Parts: sequence; C-alpha cells; structure tokens
Amino acid sequence: MADDPILSIEGLSKSFGALRASDNLNLDVTEGELHAVIGPNGAGKTTMIAQVCGQLASDLGKITFAGRNITHTPQQKRPGLGLVRSFQITSIFREYTALENVSMAVQLGAGHSFRFFASAQGDPLLREPALACLDQVGLLAQADTEANALSHGQQRRLELAMALARHPKLLVLDEPMAGMGAEETNDVIALLQGLKGKISMLLVEHDMDAVFALADRISVLVYGQVIASGDPDVIRNDERVKEAYLGASEVGDA
Amino acid sequence: MSKHHLLALSALAVSIALPFVLIAAGQEYLIGLLTRIAIYGLAALSLNFILGYGGMVSFGHAAYFGVGAYVVGIMSFHAFQNSTIFGLSGSDAALFTWPLAVVVSALAALVLGYLSLRTSGVFFIMITLAFAQMLYFLFVSMERYGGDDGVIMYNGRSFVPGLDLSNDLTFYFVCLVVLVLFMALFSAVVRSRFGAVLKACKQNEARMLALGCDVRRYKLVAFVIAGAVAGLAGVLNANLTEFVSPDYLHWTKSGDLMIMVVLGGMGTIPGPVIGAGVFLALEEFLPAIMESMALAQYKEHWRIVFGPLLIIVVLFARGGIHGLMFRGQSNGR
Repeated sequence: MADDPILSIEGLSKSFGALRASDNLNLDVTEGELHAVIGPNGAGKTTMIAQVCGQLASDLGKITFAGRNITHTPQQKRPGLGLVRSFQITSIFREYTALENVSMAVQLGAGHSFRFFASAQGDPLLREPALACLDQVGLLAQADTEANALSHGQQRRLELAMALARHPKLLVLDEPMAGMGAEETNDVIALLQGLKGKISMLLVEHDMDAVFALADRISVLVYGQVIASGDPDVIRNDERVKEAYLGASEVGDA
Repeated sequence: MSKHHLLALSALAVSIALPFVLIAAGQEYLIGLLTRIAIYGLAALSLNFILGYGGMVSFGHAAYFGVGAYVVGIMSFHAFQNSTIFGLSGSDAALFTWPLAVVVSALAALVLGYLSLRTSGVFFIMITLAFAQMLYFLFVSMERYGGDDGVIMYNGRSFVPGLDLSNDLTFYFVCLVVLVLFMALFSAVVRSRFGAVLKACKQNEARMLALGCDVRRYKLVAFVIAGAVAGLAGVLNANLTEFVSPDYLHWTKSGDLMIMVVLGGMGTIPGPVIGAGVFLALEEFLPAIMESMALAQYKEHWRIVFGPLLIIVVLFARGGIHGLMFRGQSNGR
C-alpha cells in the first residue's frame, strides 16, 4: 500500500450560526486504510461526512481526493471519482425491490441514463453486477423483495450494497451498524473485514466493539476538531480521549 | 394473456367500434366527445409522466397545451391572411405546423423547466403556476390574435396529404392513433433506464445525488418531453375546435389535467386516459343525469355533484380508478 492519502481534509470549517460544527478540522485516509472517526453526539461527525461528500458546502478548508482538489466538486460528481457514501438514516428507494435498488446504483456507474426505450428490467448488464453486490452483503435471497418489506438490518445492508455497486475507492460509512442487533453487527463487521485493504474506508460509528475490531487508525472528534488520532491501542489509553468521550458515557451507546 | 393485456385490447376494440355504434344510433355528435377524451387523455398522459412517475407537481401544464395550440392557430391565421410571422408565411400544412408546434412547446418547457426545477416542493408548484399564468396573460395581451377572444382557424383543420381531417370520424381516428402510440411509447420509457432514474428521483432524490446522479438534468429532460407531448395534444385540440384562445392556458385547465391524472390513477399508463374519459363524460352527462333525477333546476350547478365525487375518489381510492380496477395486483410499475 502506498502511504499517499487517498483523502485529505485540511482546515475544514463549517458553522451553523454560532455553532462550529467543523472547526479547522484536519484528517486523512491513506490508501487501503480503514480510518474510524468516533466522538460524542454532536461532535460534528455527520457534518464532516456531509462536507466530504459534497452535500454541504464548506466555509473554509480544502478537501483532496485521489490527488485532486474536490472542495468545490458538486455532490453528484463525487461518486464517479470513487468517493461513495452510505447514510446514517437508511436512504433507499422504498418502492423498488432490493435488486432494483442496487441496479440503480450500477446503472449510475455505467454511463448516462438517457436510454429511453430498451427495458432496464432484467438487463443483464445491470442485473448481474447488482446480484453480485447483493450476494456480497448476504441479501441474495431477498433480491425480489420490496425494500420497504425488508427488516431494518437488511435495509442497512442494502444501503451498503448500493454504495459498493458504485465501485468506490473510498467508502464513507455513516454509522453502518446503527440500530442493528448483535448478530447483524457481527455480519457487517465480517463484511467490512473482507473489504479491508481492497477499499479505503472512512468509518463513523458509535459501536466501540466494531470500531476497535476494524480500525487501522482512529481519530476522535470533539466540537468539530480532531483531539486525538492514532492506532486503536493509543486511543484506548489516551487520557484526553477518556475524559472527553469514553469516560463520559459507557462504551457503545448509540 | 394477462388481465391487463385483455382489458387493454378490449378498450382498444371499443374505442375503434364506438364511433360506428354512435353513427348507427344517430348520435354522431358524441364523436366530438370521444375525440376530446383522446386529446385530453394525451395531455394528462404527458402530465402523469412528470407528476406520477417523476414526482414533479407541475401546476402549469396547460401552458404547453396552449402554446402548441397557439402555434397552429397563429400559423393558420397567417395562412388565411396571407401574411407572415417572423418572416415565415402562414401555413395549414400539418406536416409543417404540427412539428413546429411541438418544438416550440418543448422549448417553452425547456426554459420554464430550467428555471422551475431550481425549486422544489410547494415552491415548484407555485412557480410552474406563475409561469403558466404569465403565458396566459401574454396571449390575452396579443390583440392581433384576438386577445381574450382567441383565434378562429377560418381555413379549418390542418391539411394532411391523403387524409381529410375535416371529417370528424377521420379526425377521431387520427387522435386515437396518436394517443395509443404515445401510451405505448411512455410505457416503454417508464421501464427504460431513463424511467428507472425518474422513478428513483421521485422516491429519494437525496439518495440519487449521493449515488452520483445529476438529478436536475434528468428531471429537466422529462419535463421537456412532457411539455412537447402536451403541445401535441394542444395541436389536436386546436384542430378539433378550429379555435384557440387563452383559455387553453388558464390555470383551471392545468387543474383539470391534474384532476384527470389523480382521478384515473397516478403513475400508471392507462390511469390518466381513464381519468380524462371519466372527467369529460361526467362533464357532458351530469347535467342530463341531474335533469332526469328531477333536479333540473340545479343542472347548471352540476359541479356540486362533480366536486364531492372527486373528493370521494381521492379519499377512498388512492390509486384512482385504475387502482380500484386492479386492487391487490401489481400495477406494472
């Protein structure tokens, strides 16, 4: 693995009125790394993701992705560069089947969609890769189930499958385990374990067991700033971190 | 053969046979109603493309209906007067004025859609309504073309080589063919990649953006297609009545189209056509029905019955009439 960062965030700031959601934030993700970001509620984790993915414009700072300044690249252009996100609150196409959900992601990665007459349903160019992604997250049996009818855990995995279908270089995961049971969490941990090294990941997660099991590096975000960064052992024993975060509430509350 | 196909074929057979039955029964005047149903069915079909499939609540769709009609009306006016417009001499040739009308409607939809699609939700509804009303008043102010009173096409219907459009039966079949053609086209488009994007944008626009879709561009293309087809419906209606007036663009016309879509069933291909049929048939027959029920003194106020009927359908049949017909079945989305 090269040590060049695939993503680097420099001096990123975003204020909502008097609230500084991101405050001169610096962070990078090296190629192939799984970099986890933790922090108490309201620390600015979701704001940071929204800025990285272009959903929110930054007040200040610079975001570089794969050697390219993307600070002002519109949100919808970023997945094409290889920067793909998943959502904390499940965001899927509820009237589509699981297969149709992932097919849409495949389709958006396969050039323009100004194709008006050939049926998209059953198109093997969409169907085969979509089925492969569903298989990867263990939803193959639910391919023809309407997304609405899937369980919460299945919807969370569908969310992941859609992101994977865009062949990310960097996957930005906003609490992929949110609201999952212990068994489902373990499934997702195993899934992400399998992706490690192949895809760089920026993971925001409240589940500490998952974070410490997966992360190569952990950064702690408090009041929009990174107060500590290092490998899991360093973070576990960092006094500032214990004070700001781990000590304040018991490990693992979501 | 599924129930859907069987019903569609029967409906087509009835649409073909009905005018001959009407002639045999001495009720030829009702062919005009059938033609109107086909024309408004086409307009409602185009609105449903963006409203039912794309989730764009355009409250100004009559604007494109009116623009298409006015292009044909104005060209006919200049042909009658032997004058020119923008250096172009007037014409009654359908092969020239009809495509021209469709292109002008599409351009109007491109400009207004480009501006309107910068907003969403209630603002989108209001801005599409506002633009349509602007166009309405533009045509009201055009004294040369009759202002409020509109343009009468003194030369009659457009000229098509080998077809006599002045024959009401022929004209009905032209409208029917156009309608069926566009129903087939739209039903292919909503199943295509483009259609998949459109329906996904309706369900979750934020997700489409995050997945890398330039949502606004796709919505705009859909908006332009819908405008162009509404323009064609306007062309046909101008030919049916041989008359065009600002009423074509009035906001109540946009409302009527929306009611047809909702009444018949949003997000389905037959829905808007069924809605147009029921809407126009009620408009035609409700006064007579009320008369026969000894309510003759109220028949002028047939809308008193029509309004509550609509409310009942909207409240109790969320999929519209089409939804009632196919309750519990997949709707072929």
